Order: sequence, then C-alpha cells, then structure tokens
Amino acid sequence: MTDAGCGAVVDDIVITGGTLVDQSGSRRGDVRIRDGRIVEVAESLTVGDERVIDAAGLLVTPGFVDLHTHLREPGMPEAETIESGSRAAALGGYTAVVAMPNTDPTQDSVEVVEWVAARGRAAGWCDVYPSGSITIGRAGRELTPIADLAAVGVRLFTDDGSGVQDDAVMRRALEYAGDLDVRLAQHCEVATLTRGAVMHEGHCCSTLGLPGWPALAEELMVHRDIELVRLTGSSVHLLHLSTARSVELVREAKADGLAVTAEATPHHISLTDERLRGFDAVFKVNPPLRTMADIEAVRDGLIDGTIDAIATDHAPHPRHHKERPLEEAPPGMLGLETALGVARASLECSWEHLVGALSWRPAAIAGVADRHGRPFIAGEPANICVIDPDLQWRVDPAALASRSTNTPFIDIDLTGRVRHTVHDGRVVVADGSAVTR
Amino acid sequence: MTRHKQVLGPDDVRRAVTRMAHEIIERNRGLVDVVLVGLQSGGVWLAEQLASEIARIERPVPVGVVDVSMHRDDIGLRPVTPGAITDLPVDVTGACVVLVDDVLFTGRTVKAALDTITDYGRPRSVQLAVLVDRGHRELPIRPDFIGKNLPTSADETVEVSADGVVIAEGGGE
Amino acid sequence: MTAARRHVRSIDEVGRERIIKLLALTGHMHEINQRPVPKVPALRGRVVCNLFLEDSTRTRLSFDTAAKRLGADTVAFTGSGSSLSKGESLRDTVETLAAMRLDAIVVRHRSAGAPWQIAQWCEAAIVNAGDGRHAHPTQALLDAYTIGRRTGRGADLSGLRVAIVGDIVNSRVARSTTAIASMLGAEVTHVGPSTLLDPRLDVQRCTDLDQIIGDVDVLYMLRMQNERMDAAPVPPGGEYTRRFGLTPERAANIRTDALLMHPGPINHGTEMTVDPSTMPQSAITDQVSYGVAVRMAVLFDLLGTGEMEEES
Repeated sequence: MTDAGCGAVVDDIVITGGTLVDQSGSRRGDVRIRDGRIVEVAESLTVGDERVIDAAGLLVTPGFVDLHTHLREPGMPEAETIESGSRAAALGGYTAVVAMPNTDPTQDSVEVVEWVAARGRAAGWCDVYPSGSITIGRAGRELTPIADLAAVGVRLFTDDGSGVQDDAVMRRALEYAGDLDVRLAQHCEVATLTRGAVMHEGHCCSTLGLPGWPALAEELMVHRDIELVRLTGSSVHLLHLSTARSVELVREAKADGLAVTAEATPHHISLTDERLRGFDAVFKVNPPLRTMADIEAVRDGLIDGTIDAIATDHAPHPRHHKERPLEEAPPGMLGLETALGVARASLECSWEHLVGALSWRPAAIAGVADRHGRPFIAGEPANICVIDPDLQWRVDPAALASRSTNTPFIDIDLTGRVRHTVHDGRVVVADGSAVTR
Repeated sequence: MTRHKQVLGPDDVRRAVTRMAHEIIERNRGLVDVVLVGLQSGGVWLAEQLASEIARIERPVPVGVVDVSMHRDDIGLRPVTPGAITDLPVDVTGACVVLVDDVLFTGRTVKAALDTITDYGRPRSVQLAVLVDRGHRELPIRPDFIGKNLPTSADETVEVSADGVVIAEGGGE
Repeated sequence: MTAARRHVRSIDEVGRERIIKLLALTGHMHEINQRPVPKVPALRGRVVCNLFLEDSTRTRLSFDTAAKRLGADTVAFTGSGSSLSKGESLRDTVETLAAMRLDAIVVRHRSAGAPWQIAQWCEAAIVNAGDGRHAHPTQALLDAYTIGRRTGRGADLSGLRVAIVGDIVNSRVARSTTAIASMLGAEVTHVGPSTLLDPRLDVQRCTDLDQIIGDVDVLYMLRMQNERMDAAPVPPGGEYTRRFGLTPERAANIRTDALLMHPGPINHGTEMTVDPSTMPQSAITDQVSYGVAVRMAVLFDLLGTGEMEEES
C-alpha cells in the first residue's frame, strides 16, 4: 500500500503487480519512478526503500487528459476554483486538463492565461493548460493575439460556451491559426436556432413545453467547419458532439482525409433527454442530452475512432444557480470525477481503446503529447493513473472535490474507479483520496 | 362480528311519519310559509314522505334539499361525496324552515345545516324533525319532532330507511 | 392513514379518475356560487399562497376568489419574469414562503416545470396555474366542464370533434386542453400554419381551417401569444387572420349546435374579427364563470377531503 501523505516532494515509487495499458497494448509490468520520470519498466522489479503502489489486479495507465474543463476561475470561484477543479481532475485520473476560456475576464490575453497556468502550477494536482479564446471576449468579432498566446504555451483555441457564429470570422481564424502550431476547437451551435433553448428538440421536449435545441443547430456548424477545413487546409477539433448526424459528418470528413478531430462527453453516451421529465436543472446541459439513437451513434463513433476522445465538459455551477427555473438555470454538469466510471459503463470496447480515448488521443489534440499520454518506457514523464477496473460504485455528490454538486450521475451504477494518480512523479491521489501536501 | 338488530319495521316507520306530519301541522297553524328541507342525503326521502303525508292530511308544502358538506366542522377528516347539491324552492327569508334528517346524533350535521340555510337568508323560524334520536349530543341542539328515541352506544351505527331502522354494532364501518 | 401528498400540476399527473371526480365537484361548487352568500367555511384556517411570477390578473383573481369562497386565507406573492431579487433563487423564495406554513401554493411561472421544482422545496400542495408553455390544468378542467355542461355530456366527451386553432406550439392551454379532451374521449385536431403546430404531439393536425370548420363540435380559438414568439412564425400584415382568424364568413360556417371557445383574453382583430357575444354558439362567458368553481374544486380536493374512513 502507498504511504499516504507522501506527496510533499517528488517520490521514488515502484508500482508493482499491475497490468500496464498503453499504445502498445496490455501487459504485466512493474514501473519504477524517480525524479519525476519513469526509470525502469520490467515484468518484475526488485523493490528497495521506494514507496510501493500495490497494483495487483489493477490497471496502470498513462494519466488522463481532459480536453474540456471549466475551472471557473477567474470569475466564479463559488462554483469552482483552479485548485478544487484540478483536485477533482486528479481524483478522476487526470494528469492534465485544458481549461476553457469562458472565464471572467476571458482567457483572451497573455496576462489571463499566464495567471491561470500559474494558479494551476501552485495547486499542483495536475497540469492546467489554459486554452485561449478565438475572438476577443468570445464576442465572435476580432481575433485574439493567437501567436502571442501560442508563444506562452497555449495550444488550443476555442470560444467554448458558444460557437463562432460568423462564417467569415471562423474562416479567417482557421487561416490565421494554420500558420501556427495551434488548433482551433469549436462549440458547434448555431445560436439563432437555439435561442432560449433548454433541452433537445424532440418528443419529450414537446410534451414538457420546454424550448427546444434542435440537433440541426449543432450539425449545421459541424458541416460548416468541416467545409472550412476543406477550404483552408487548416484543422479543427469539434467539441462535445451529441447527435447521430454530427458523428456521420465527422466520419465522412475523416474519410476525405480532412484534419478534423472530435470529442464526446460521458453524459452524451449515458443519459437521454427523458431525464428532464422531473424538471431538474441538473440535467440541463449544452449541447443537451439527446435521444437513445444519438447516444448509440456517439458510442459507435467513439468505438470506431470517428470520435477521438472522451472529454468531460466539466461545468460546475453553484446550487443556487441550478435551483432556478429551467429556462433561467445555466447549462452544465460535473464530469471529472465520474468520467472513467461512466465511460466504462457506457462503452463496450477494450481497455486499450478506452484509455486511448481518455489519455493519448486527447493529449495529441491538446498539443501536450510530449508530457502526457506517454507509453511505459524508461525516460518518459511519470504521469500515471492506477485504476480498479471492475469496481462498481455510486456517486455521493457531497463527497466530490468539486465546489459544486451538479452531478447528473447520482443514480447510475458506475464501473471502474481511479485508485491512484501520479503527477510528475508525485503521488497526488492515493487509495482514492487526494494527498494533501 | 357485526350484529344487526331491527328496532323498527316498515309499519313502525310509516306510523311515525304520519304522527310527525300531524305534529308539524299542529305546530304550524295553516302551514303558513312552511318549507320542508331534507338534509343530504339521509333526510331527503324522509322530507318527501313527510311532505306527501302533510299534503294528504292538509295541503301541499314546498320541499327542498340542503347539502351541508361545505359547512361541516370535520372537513379534512373524512371523505366528501361530491355532487350533492342544495336546492331550495322558495326564498328562506321569512319562511318557517323545517329541517328533516333521518338520525340525530352529535348535532354537528344540524349545526352545519343551520349555517348553510343562513347563507340563503333569514328564516322566521327553524324547526327540526328527525326519525330517530339516538342521543350522544355534542352541541346544544334539540329536535322539535321525533319519530323514535333510541338509546344506543356511541360505537353503534343506526341505519334508517323506509323499510325500518336497524342498529349495527361492532364499530360501524 | 397518510396518503402521498397530492398536487394538481398537469392533466396527466392528475389522471382520469380524479379528473372525473374534480368535474363532479365543480358542479357542486358552481351551485355554491349561485347562493345568495356564495361562501362556505370548508377551508377555514387553511392558507393558500398565490405565487404568481408571471403577469396574470385574471387567473390570480380567479384563484383568490375560489380560495376565499371556501373560507381559506390567501397570501399573494407576485412578480414578473425573473424579477426575483438578484441572487435569490426560486428555492430561497419558496423556503421563505414555506416558513409561513402554507397549505397550498398556486404557482404561475414563465418557465415550464417550476411547479415540480417548488414541490421539492416545501410541504405544501402545489397547484399549477400555468408554467411556461407546458401546462395549465385548471384551464383545461374548466374547458372540459364547459363542454360537458353545454353539450349535456358530463365527463363523457367520446366522439366529440374538438378543433384547437392557432399558436399550438407556444400554448400551455393547447397542451392541457388537448390532454383532458383526449382523456375524456374527444377527437382533437390542431389547426394552424405548420410554424405554429408541433409535429411531435400525438394528435391530428390540419393546416386548413375552412376544410374542417363545418364539421367540428367544438371550435377552440387560441390567443396569438405574441409575447412568446421567438422568430415571427407568420408573416406580418394580417395573413394569419385571413387564413386562421374567425371572420364573419367563417363564423357563418360553424354548425349551430357547435361550441365556440377561447381561453381569453381575446386579441380582437387577430384570431377573431367577429364579436363572439353575438354568436349563440359562444361558450366563452361560461368558461369565465366556471373558472372560479373549477379552482374551488381543485383547492377543496387538495385541502378539504380527508383520507379517513367514513364514520357513522
């Protein structure tokens, strides 16, 4: 067992008895970690005076990378802070998160993204990579200083929270970003079709009289951005795809060889719009929960690789905001601490494929594949996660690290849970608990 | 086990009704402004029988019904039968109202009937006719015309119809 | 015996058996309303809160009158839209009200589902007086009562052809009245341009009023809800009235034994260019007059009927 409370400095660690899962498949193996790096990988290692993580019966994987986290800071610390959000991430097995730019002020300047990155480093739970917004103030008009932001490490740019509505602005952004080593990511939603929308436009929405969010509003922008990629030769990452047709459009784009990647959230592969029948705003999310047919299409997309990554869209909101009437409550749900358990319960695929969707594939999209999602080879950075693959569990919202409690998964059986997380060679989560320095 | 005991037969009921009709006529000389008002639902048939007896003996009088369910003091404690209505054929202001019910027990139903009638106007007088007075009064209410005094215990039930009066014991249903 | 707390939030939730009981109780309440003193002490000591967070004078007065005629005390909390003071959630408001030991809360809210949310945060029985575009069950009850009484059919509307005309998609009245009419056996058709119909609701649809106007037993004209329209669903300039308004020419085609209904208030000149008070088919004033009785029935059903076995 791990000696909890050992996280103050870089540890010398040996992870013994586990099954290693990485890009090359699954195999038995022990891992020795020293000075933040993997120094030795073998079927069986001798143990000296290092701390031992007993991984017998467990899976040892590269740390997860979340392409889509709302840390809410600066701007709304009562919902989440960079510290609480990154701690939640570590508990969920993440060693890196991409922080979405819809903060207050917006992450559209070097000052703000450097502030976020510094807070992430100070918290120390995982690597916090701030994204930059595509347009200033996410207003959809003027481009942010993309090259300046890239120079301080920003690799992913998005106006998430909303999509870039103006076709010409998006075209220009793709052209400009194409010169630089960055990637644009799109929240696909044609806003004129979703004004006031609360839930998926479908049968359930009709009977409940709630304003509908048509699948078309997403699909139109997915289509537009694919065509803009075809035109500009640039690349785009499509955030939180939720409809069957969106998956199909991406599948076709990939077949055409376009540089299009996509992600899906745990909630879009597990919950349908029927959840809104009780009028609980916890189930209000953007894009909305869709139908079973959509869920199955998104699952298929994840399994066949059309959708590259699972991303949480972790979106904390304080209780009193979610207890507003549905049409006024903000959209979004928690996801970091439940992503693995929901994904495992929702997808029938190999562990290699699932971990790939949580780790090395998003690491590549986020531009952080030099540090995260690395294989178990001597010399690699020690960003590692240890999973109990078969543990069945249920969420206790009060026990979450997040400052908010808006998890929609309270009555769902989850499969698989993170036991230990090693970030930069340090044990930050031991036996399912965050290790306080 | 519930036991049933027949205390009045059909003939007894008929005789009691006839006697009460005579008493009502005697008390209200000329039957001026008299209106019989049966309490929903047990008093309705009795009011009609009394009215036909009075018509046979003297002359017809108007008959109405009153539903007291909205004036009861035990609302919320027991189920309510919806749909029973109040129907008064004449203006009760200035009338001599004879309330008619089958059984007088605690007096609460009669009190509710008095409250209901008052909502329709100000009668010159109100009298009370009951076929059976079984005692156990909880309010200062006294009948003017009684078919039969019937000592009972509080947990018995009294069932009244034109076919007679039956006492059931064993904690009424 | 403690029964589960009851509410009247949607027609489906109330269910057919209780709907029929409520319609019978409405008749009883209507009789009380005809009395010289139309007031009974049935709910004396009970407190009913009218929580109206969307502008409405008519429905609020109707509920207030209903509660007072049953002897209940009423308190009112009104505001419009999301004008709860900044930072105060709906839950905070409801918990404040709940501290007054309310027996029932009558809710009108611009957002669908508010009555369900409120029910989680307090102990009171909840009556939905209209939530967004979702439901308006007391309007549906008074519509059904009006149809049953005018046609002499009571609670059996089987085979009656009911056409609801206008802004279906934005109308809670259309949803609830469709639900109750279908539940009681009527055949409901929604009439309007496709931009105002909802293809996912399980009823017949028709985009030509003239095609069916001569056949229907009930012609239910909806108010054009201009305030709820996001993008103009009909062209400006009177085309809606020409296609779907009740003009004198169309009014002449309504069967003499049919009923003309409207939830009020009428947008004169938009959905109607005739004066319905001149039409013998009009049941619009009946709808208004039964409104109080229906709301009395609902409040009495929630607060006045006991769960104990009948005593001797």
